[in-house]
Amino acid sequence: MKKSILLPLAVLLAVYFLWDLAVLLSQSDIFPRPYQVFLAIVELIQHGLLLKYVVASLFRVSVGFTLAVLIGVPLGLLLGWFRSAFLAFNPLIQLLRPISPIAWIPLAILWFKVDDRAPIFLIFLSSLFPITVTAIAAVQNIQPVYVRAAQNFGVSRIDLFRRVIFPACLPQIITSLRISLGIAWLVVVAAEMIAVDSGLGYLIIDARNAGKRYDLVVAGMLIIGLIGLILDLLVRSLERFEEVKWGYSQTR
Amino acid sequence: MVSAPVISVRDLGLTFPAKKGAEPIVVLRSISLEIAAGEFVCIVGPSGCGKTTLLNIITGFLKQSAGEVLVQGAPVKGPDPRRIFVFQDNGVFPWLTVEQNIEFGIARRPSAERREIVHRYVQLVGLTGFEKAYPRELSGGMRQRVEIARALAPNPEIIYMDEPFGALDFITRLKMRADLTRIWQEEKKTILFVTHDIEESVQLADRVVILSSRPGSVRKQVRIDLPRPRDLDSPEYLDLRDEILHTIGMSLGVGAGEEESAGLSLERPNRTVAQSS
Ligand SMILES: Nc1ncnc2c1ncn2[C@@H]1O[C@H](COP(=O)(O)OP(=O)(O)O)[C@@H](O)[C@H]1O
Ligand SMILES: [Mg+2]
Repeated sequence: MKKSILLPLAVLLAVYFLWDLAVLLSQSDIFPRPYQVFLAIVELIQHGLLLKYVVASLFRVSVGFTLAVLIGVPLGLLLGWFRSAFLAFNPLIQLLRPISPIAWIPLAILWFKVDDRAPIFLIFLSSLFPITVTAIAAVQNIQPVYVRAAQNFGVSRIDLFRRVIFPACLPQIITSLRISLGIAWLVVVAAEMIAVDSGLGYLIIDARNAGKRYDLVVAGMLIIGLIGLILDLLVRSLERFEEVKWGYSQTR
Repeated sequence: MVSAPVISVRDLGLTFPAKKGAEPIVVLRSISLEIAAGEFVCIVGPSGCGKTTLLNIITGFLKQSAGEVLVQGAPVKGPDPRRIFVFQDNGVFPWLTVEQNIEFGIARRPSAERREIVHRYVQLVGLTGFEKAYPRELSGGMRQRVEIARALAPNPEIIYMDEPFGALDFITRLKMRADLTRIWQEEKKTILFVTHDIEESVQLADRVVILSSRPGSVRKQVRIDLPRPRDLDSPEYLDLRDEILHTIGMSLGVGAGEEESAGLSLERPNRTVAQSS
């Protein structure tokens, strides 16, 4: 087998046994052993909860994230291109950007009550700022020679945007999508612990509060990690398109 | 000149406004220049003398502070697809393939016509087989060929080139010069070509315009009436080259250090290679 598979596998096995050993040695009756976590996952599947909660979390992330992309990308491109719009809006963006999405939870609950819109709003916020700010910087740092080469051929403003500015910024925009989707996945778990009664975040907090079921808590954590990994791989595959490959280092 | 000039620059001046606590920078001073249709003119001058600035004004990317530029009979207002600029730093779009790059300026034409034009210019610049390649898969010389093909595709009357071969290695540069000469002979464009390389100007041009160092002004114009392909060993070639060198204030005997301080590069061509056209 290849080293790139063998080595991580060895680490995972080591973690498995160390974990098991640690629980046995500490004689804890509340912290689960690995096999108990797997049983917990099986239990979740049998009750139909795993699918239900995964779908609930993914639904919130996809809606909030898609809204953020649809608004953030054009907004960032425009603010990057029109200097006075940038001057007008940048201070506001810079003021709102450092506020953790978690800090918005009380307002989200106030505005949207306990339903899907609260976490969707929080995910939207958490993704909007990184995407917008990256798109602004990408336009502002575009190589002037591309813009002038295009102007040579007498292209219209719209065409300049569509055929030059957008593709020139796309590699950086894709990177920001990757980063913000990662953040969105962090945020949905936090939001679900407080603002709703379904989803993987809710599973974790409910398992703890309802019956100190730490096997379910850890099961939820593992599933969150696994799905986060898959999401990252999916966005990362966008970087392999020929149209954007030039924007990343050649060694990848 | 027999025909009316296509480019006519009269008493052109450019001064960049003063930054805080500094003098205004006079970059160009009373430049007058006429270029005829189909002519190949090289502008040479030391680095920083205002060659790029002059070209930017003639193409309408920059506004002059004095004088007048008439191109094809009218004052320049901005970029125009009838005249295309080939940039010093390669301006080929990395997100498009070779053929998509060449098509960029003719996107509105019917697709059959586009295909035909792309085919023709891919052949002309010697990139057959690389139509679907992306710029990052090409060498520097090939990328510059893509840019030349892209410039030619909309069939402009004038091509402006700003040190287009400056970043290429010696052998590639010689080959590109030979190919550009051939393309110019086939396509009959007016070419205004900026370089700091004296050899390059004598190898390419019908006429060499020598600029002084900053503030740039026309010091002398030298007609190069040598047949093409040019014999870089002929006494006529060497005389013209030396004439330009002397005008700039150097003789062949100067040391490399001084050449560099004047911002000029002087190649000592390997003559067997240099005749490769
Ligand atoms: N925007 C600008 N503001 C001030 N000075 C400039 C600006 N652009 C160019 N210059 C100056 O004008 C001079 C000529 O520049 P340039 O035309 O690029 O020279 P060349 O192409 O001959 O090497 C340089 O000394 C440069 O520092
Ligand atoms: Mg220059």
